[in-house]
Amino acid sequence: MTGTLKKYLMWFANEHLDFRLQPFWIAELSNEEDVKRLASRSVTLRYGIELWSHSDNPIHFHDTLRRLPSNVLEPYARPEVSFKVKVEVFGSSQTQEEKVQRIESFSYLGLRGPVKLNKPDVAFQYIEFYGLDDKNVPDQPYDYYFGRIVTEGQRDLISKLSLKKRIFIGNTSMDSQLSLIMANQGLVKNGSFVFDPFVGSGSLLVAAAQFGGYVLGADIDYLMLHGRSAPTRKQARHKPRHEESVMANMKQYGLSSQYVDLVIADFSLPLWSKTLKLDAIITDPPYGVREAMERLGTTKENKKISEKHLATHMPSKVQYTMTQLLHDLLVFAARHLRIDGRLVTWVPVIRSEYEETNLPKHECLRLLDNSEQILSTNASRRLLTYEKLKEPMVGY
Amino acid sequence: MRLLTHNMLTSKCVKGVMQGYPLGIQATKVQVMESDFNKDFVTRVIPKLDYSTLWNAAKTLGYSAELPETLVENYEGNEEFLRKVHHVLLEIEVVEGDLICPETGRKFPITSGIPNMLLNEDEVRY
Repeated sequence: MTGTLKKYLMWFANEHLDFRLQPFWIAELSNEEDVKRLASRSVTLRYGIELWSHSDNPIHFHDTLRRLPSNVLEPYARPEVSFKVKVEVFGSSQTQEEKVQRIESFSYLGLRGPVKLNKPDVAFQYIEFYGLDDKNVPDQPYDYYFGRIVTEGQRDLISKLSLKKRIFIGNTSMDSQLSLIMANQGLVKNGSFVFDPFVGSGSLLVAAAQFGGYVLGADIDYLMLHGRSAPTRKQARHKPRHEESVMANMKQYGLSSQYVDLVIADFSLPLWSKTLKLDAIITDPPYGVREAMERLGTTKENKKISEKHLATHMPSKVQYTMTQLLHDLLVFAARHLRIDGRLVTWVPVIRSEYEETNLPKHECLRLLDNSEQILSTNASRRLLTYEKLKEPMVGY
Repeated sequence: MRLLTHNMLTSKCVKGVMQGYPLGIQATKVQVMESDFNKDFVTRVIPKLDYSTLWNAAKTLGYSAELPETLVENYEGNEEFLRKVHHVLLEIEVVEGDLICPETGRKFPITSGIPNMLLNEDEVRY
């Protein structure tokens, strides 16, 4: 098959819509291994399907299937190969009876093996696509697809890393799907060095470590990093946290070898030497809504802390504005990412005031992706992915 | 705190400090834990390191015996050396102790393995 591209249907989950183009996406790839490699990293992909027929016309669609080359069909039509046909009616509904009718309409394929619903040797997928507008569902589908399921995406990882079962979470922990998407946006792979400067309970580090990243985090919140902040889970509100930490989470998922360190630090101050060179910075900075935006400082002039208070003094903090924080973040990324390394971050947005030209910019960074997650009628956050193009002129 | 992190930390946050590197280490509790050896990661991290800082830090903690004092040449294929560096970088953890600013002597406490680099509001450089 060398040199020829085959068509594969990539079927994505119908959520986080701004993060993907269409639920059904046809990819031309040279072989099945490439489909599997893609699927091994995608958490939004449901299935990768070897596309046997696709048309907007049902007659053409069935004609193509009837005239399928025998070398494509025959290996799966043999009597010893158990099979099942799955039916998806996307954007409309079907009764069980209609579903059976649809499956039987493919009887001309001449599949001779036994039907087996649980773990068949081969699974076929039939899809009717009625569009994305649920208020204007057409009488007939826009598209018909049929193919052989080659592989599944990593939807299982979402539940494996679910916050519901995680030992240590905070009030603003990122859900596992978005965390995994962020690690993918950061191109985290085996041996990548990944940093989150607003690490909190470390949910982004879990996802980055899952894909082989070595993870480092920093946060200004002493109590959070020591697992001593007020409990997050409602049923545990009456008792203090016990043995909860980012490390405990890493152990829970068997990722403790990927954990480098946590540091309590104020991001607005210089801390790292030029020896810190990162493959990715993946972060969710505080928006000032559920987590305060703070840096060290005081509004009092010439403040001095007396000797007797020094040992137990908790430093005071002042407001750290979003504009300043994002500016600092991009400058930090320009300094500490390797060339081609990526910064993946959320920014909060007031939807009516949003303009792409107002997004943070840096001459050494290029904005690659910008996807919106709507939070309320007027508020959303955008996941931004930047790539480092060159070293900044003024270093350390 | 692992020595990989120590290799990258400074006390530049303190008012008046120029380099703030390398930080001194005073450890009261050190533990050695197992971490899977990842050749790719270690090989990629070595060129970014300040090797003499790493060696000195390991020496302070009493773990430099097996590590050559200077970086060996062509280490990419030298698995024995890479494993030693891996051990020093990721398997030795300072659990309790202090990091010390080389210019001011300011101490930053390490508690439960987490260094606290926060300053008091009157020490901050703004």
